[in-house]
Amino acid sequence: MFQSPTDKSVSFVLQLIASIAILLVIMIVAFLMHESQPALNELGWRMLTDESWFPAENASHGTFGLFPIVMGTILVSAGAILIAAPVGVASAIFNQYYAPRPVAYLYRRLVELLVGIPSVVFGFWGLVVLCPVIAGLAHRVGMQNVPGPSLLSAVIVVSLMILPTVMLMSESAMRTVPSSHIKGAAALGMGRFGVICNIVLPQTKSGIVTGIVLAIARAIGETMAVVMVAGNIVKMPSSIFDPVRTLTANIALEMGYAAGMQRSTLFCSGLILLGLVAVLFACEIFLRRVVWRRR
Amino acid sequence: MSFKSLPASRSPLEISALIAFWLIAITVSGLFVWLVGDVVVHGLSGVSWEFLTSSPSNFGTAGGIYPMIVSTLLILVIAIVVAVPLSIASALYLSEFARGSWSSILIERGLIILAAVPSVVFGLFGFALFCDMLGMGYSILSGGLTLACMILPIMIRALQAGLESVPDDYRRAAAALAMSKTRTVVSILLPSAAPGLVVGLVLGIGRVLAETAALLFTSGSVDRTPESMFDSGRSLSIHIYELAMNVAGGEANAYSTAVVLLLLLLVINSIAIAIADKLLKRKVKIV
Repeated sequence: MFQSPTDKSVSFVLQLIASIAILLVIMIVAFLMHESQPALNELGWRMLTDESWFPAENASHGTFGLFPIVMGTILVSAGAILIAAPVGVASAIFNQYYAPRPVAYLYRRLVELLVGIPSVVFGFWGLVVLCPVIAGLAHRVGMQNVPGPSLLSAVIVVSLMILPTVMLMSESAMRTVPSSHIKGAAALGMGRFGVICNIVLPQTKSGIVTGIVLAIARAIGETMAVVMVAGNIVKMPSSIFDPVRTLTANIALEMGYAAGMQRSTLFCSGLILLGLVAVLFACEIFLRRVVWRRR
Repeated sequence: MSFKSLPASRSPLEISALIAFWLIAITVSGLFVWLVGDVVVHGLSGVSWEFLTSSPSNFGTAGGIYPMIVSTLLILVIAIVVAVPLSIASALYLSEFARGSWSSILIERGLIILAAVPSVVFGLFGFALFCDMLGMGYSILSGGLTLACMILPIMIRALQAGLESVPDDYRRAAAALAMSKTRTVVSILLPSAAPGLVVGLVLGIGRVLAETAALLFTSGSVDRTPESMFDSGRSLSIHIYELAMNVAGGEANAYSTAVVLLLLLLVINSIAIAIADKLLKRKVKIV
């Protein structure tokens, strides 16, 4: 297309502005690295091997065991996706292949609105409504003195929050399945569920995996809802009714007053969070490029 | 879809699958209704003109939420004012001026990474850059700027979808009239891509209003009415958090604040979804 001198300069200015995105990524990583330098240098592996988390300003006065907290993040995210992935995919299938039109429309609207509910409201509901229910449930199965805020409540609340991501992504993948494939399968006498298992799911697995990966990333990064319902005690949970603390919760709870080595360790937690998300996306790329390519 | 009108098979597997899918959908809807219903039922009675326009007293257990509304609006204005021009410029560069070039591919990658960064990490970044290094301290300005960084990828994505929904004929017609690229963008593409702009704006507003974690240690939680943007201010979302977690007996007012925030967001997101549905043919992903 015709390029006037103005176009060239406009394009250049726009390029400079657009590059802010890359600058931001670099700056986020650089700031986190810079701030966590003291912890990385002086504590190093102590952050994983220390028995407990009693941070102090000075490295020699406190203990900085992040391991149970990292496990807290992994357990909450894993639990949440174990619920949200099957329920989300099932919801998408329901909408596309089972629900009558008006029901499907309503259900999709409802899930889309679920996206818009702020995490602090999820957390608040979990704290005042769900946690007492879970405490009652634990009491019923014979466990005494269960306070309610627990791994289980965090898993339930987070799974509800990430469900829309799985569902909406899966559904948009299912919309691309050619109806001729479905009709062909139906003509061969396959039932609805048979068509879904044999035709739809294999064709849409890529879109479904994208949805699941994004959902796990959201679960890892979820902060407010988890702070409010997980109980926040730094200890490896021995049952799903035990409280846990996640990396995000740890940052949110302590950043306000942290100084010195504690502050540096919290920035390092931020770095670990980014690392977890990066590993997740690396796994997705590995799945796509190596595992699926080979077939 | 014609598939739904096919007779369902009578085999036990098919019938149990049918029942299972309905049960799952009913359970999810039930949880949603339970959550929204609970908040609305418990909170709506506390919402009044008085509640919206008076200051909190007794650590927030009594009184209203006026200062939080002011703080939230100020944070919102700063974030939007900073993010809108940046995202318009970025989207134009990526979709119109340099589509497919190496620099736009690199920038798109950057945006994907940025969108995956957890909000609490944006909080850490904003704290280190704006509060600490640039010396803004806990302030509305720090919070607003942090959120501007956070909503950038969402707004750019929506704007790009808006630009992509403009038919190529418009671009060809403009080229045939010997209009320069800049002229085409200003007089034809931007006006035609207005729905994308609106969706991006509305999604950005929704994200800012809902955000809590990134504000905890950038804008702080002082519950007075801010006098300038260099004051610390407590957003509505942080107010809910503080009342629920740190103030005994704050539950009633937390419920009422949650209703205000929830209704605000449900309206805002419905607008975004409706526009995205009607005008952009679902090219914008709400998630």
